Amino acid sequence: MTNCTVKIDFDKINEILQCYNYEKSSLIAILQKVQGIYNFLPEDAITYIGEHIEGLSPATVYGVATFYSQFSLEPKGKYEIKVCDGTACHVRGSSAVLTAIKEKLKLDTGKYTTPDGLFSLEIVNCLGACALAPAVVINGKVHAKMTPEAITLIIDTLIKDERE
Amino acid sequence: MKTLGINIKKEQEKAIEYVKSQGLRVLVCAGTGCLACGANEVIEKFKQLGASVSTMTDKDKITTVPTGCHGFCEQGVLVAIPDLNTTYVKVKVEDVEEIFNSHILNGKPVERLLYEDPATGKKALHTEDINFYAKQTRAALANCGKINPESLEEALSVRAYEALAKVLTENEPDKVIDEIEKSGLRGRGGGGFPTGRKWRSVARYKGGKSYVICNGDEGDPGAFMDRSVMEDDPHKLLEGMAIAAFAIGADEGYIYVRAEYPLAIERLKHAIKDATERNFLGDNIMGTDFSFKIHIKEGAGAFVCGESSALIASIEGERGMPRPKNIHMAEKGLFKRPTLLNNVETFANVPLIILNGSEWFNSMGTETSKGTKTFALTGEVNNNGLIEIPMNTTLREIIFDIGGGIRNGKKFKAVQLGGPSGGCLTEKHLDMPMDYDMLKKEGAMVGSGGLVVMNEDTCIVEVARFFMNFTQHESCGKCTPCREGTKNMLAILNKIVEGKGTMEDLDTLEELAEVVKESSLCGLGKSAPNPVLSTLKYFRDEYIAHIRDKKCPAGVCTALKTYTINPEKCKGCSKCSRNCPVGAIDGVIKSPFKIDQNKCIKCGACMNGCAFNAIELS
Repeated sequence: MTNCTVKIDFDKINEILQCYNYEKSSLIAILQKVQGIYNFLPEDAITYIGEHIEGLSPATVYGVATFYSQFSLEPKGKYEIKVCDGTACHVRGSSAVLTAIKEKLKLDTGKYTTPDGLFSLEIVNCLGACALAPAVVINGKVHAKMTPEAITLIIDTLIKDERE
Repeated sequence: MKTLGINIKKEQEKAIEYVKSQGLRVLVCAGTGCLACGANEVIEKFKQLGASVSTMTDKDKITTVPTGCHGFCEQGVLVAIPDLNTTYVKVKVEDVEEIFNSHILNGKPVERLLYEDPATGKKALHTEDINFYAKQTRAALANCGKINPESLEEALSVRAYEALAKVLTENEPDKVIDEIEKSGLRGRGGGGFPTGRKWRSVARYKGGKSYVICNGDEGDPGAFMDRSVMEDDPHKLLEGMAIAAFAIGADEGYIYVRAEYPLAIERLKHAIKDATERNFLGDNIMGTDFSFKIHIKEGAGAFVCGESSALIASIEGERGMPRPKNIHMAEKGLFKRPTLLNNVETFANVPLIILNGSEWFNSMGTETSKGTKTFALTGEVNNNGLIEIPMNTTLREIIFDIGGGIRNGKKFKAVQLGGPSGGCLTEKHLDMPMDYDMLKKEGAMVGSGGLVVMNEDTCIVEVARFFMNFTQHESCGKCTPCREGTKNMLAILNKIVEGKGTMEDLDTLEELAEVVKESSLCGLGKSAPNPVLSTLKYFRDEYIAHIRDKKCPAGVCTALKTYTINPEKCKGCSKCSRNCPVGAIDGVIKSPFKIDQNKCIKCGACMNGCAFNAIELS
């Protein structure tokens, strides 16, 4: 599991659990809410949920959390970059855009968050913005018809903004 | 016959009056595509201008309506003014004033913002002059882009809940199933199972608790038809589900929506709340003893959850893994109770069939595939967007008439149908009509409706690898053939695109494909080899070129290409060096530059920007 140490506010988690009546079938929704607070799923939160819902164990919760790609066990960056690699984006050159981002952020294979915690990269299947292919979403904003040059420029601007 | 507590005709009349009272309606697309192009600013500007005209009377006042997707995403932001029968394309916030002053106030259309036919160069003054729309038959999508999806009133004005009122009045659930069966409607999620038969099989277990589930986990990359229905006309979906629930005797329903569609989730929640408040959903609907509650379940990003039994596992809060099918869902589905599961578009067709009759529906299409079908037309085609056509329409009509042909004057190469479960079809299939069974015979499938067009610059082997990478990644790992088979197929495809494949690999690939297809537990595995099998069937030459000649005929596969600068042509302007995202190009101004092959990521940025054609690809 993750080795990140984050202070967990168990009152908040209790509130969420109560909101869903401690129902086993609401586990996914509960995890989504918890991730909404921390931006990722801290280990202690997973354990706590597993211990407090009847019929679940920390291992089952961990199993569910790792099954779905929406859940992250590691903190995400301040800027979450989602590169669409759906068919339409792929055909229109999302691979080159992806490579350019990886190069720009100097991300090694298998790593998706920059050491400074500023950027995290995620490859998503289809955002349904196929007519704008290739599409890149940064913190919810859709950037249409991307090219390696355009995305490099956008990231440069973000880095510059951060420095100022 | 039953008398209802709500007079739907009266509600409709009131709603129509309400829409009329809006005066001139300016419909601005607020779908995902147009929002990304700045639709919100356009809407605000229209609202501001509309409100500033104080001399306007009630009769000619203007209302700006943010609508769902108009379908023609390629040309966003779209602004349609039905009263003037005009659709403006690629509207920017700075254009709004001109449209307002010239056309709305003075009746003079703004020519430069009209759609121009790429073939004839003619401007489309009226909406129906736009080929993209002219050749479609919009039924399930009829209201998308015409109404404000967040207004129940506007939905009522276009006959929402009239079909539900009709079946509740007649009060004969079996007749509803008969009608759906007679219509010939087949599952729009991809399987194509006859909807009426499915309903009947669940209705057999009537009496206790049953569920209706709507599968809105539209995971196929390159498909966004269901999203459009959920976002743009949510009441149609809710109504379809309620009719199904009435027919099979269910009182609770779930809509499983993928997490990537936050807007759809928001709009559905809004619609459920509105409909419940007005007694079109909830307890004792329209004063009858029929009750039906709908819950939204958000997915969490797993493609396999589109598979029925995996979806049920996910609603129950578990890992979304498929379950063996020896126990039929109609008997023991969600929470071990009888369950009916249909796709979004299937439900959206239900109210239409009830209102217009099964004959209307089955008058369209082929012998075995009736009605209309929506497709997401994407890829290298001029007009990208969401379309709806009668079954029986040919691929040629879709790609060349509605789609306006291949962009940049390139040559058509293939069309991929049905996403990762479907296959590629070629030029020789262009005149084939849309039909579930015919497409299947040729190795593709209607699928959920993703239609990705590829041109001569697309490497088919790489596309097959792309889909295998997708299914391998999304394989849940429960059964061995899918878990191990897709992994090994992907390894072979990776080898081939890297130029390291052997001819024996092709045999192994085919053998593996057959095994995975035959022995996987669920639809994901069973259909995962389709893209490979269909491309091996129609584009074997390309595989061989990668293996034997170490060449990628389309010039796509990175490992098989090198960019070099021709020193004769290079003027040393340094543009390529500045364009290079990784700093791989260096040189002295006014003398030829050089590419460092170790640093080069082969993105082609240098080539695209060079004014002297000095960059060569081999």
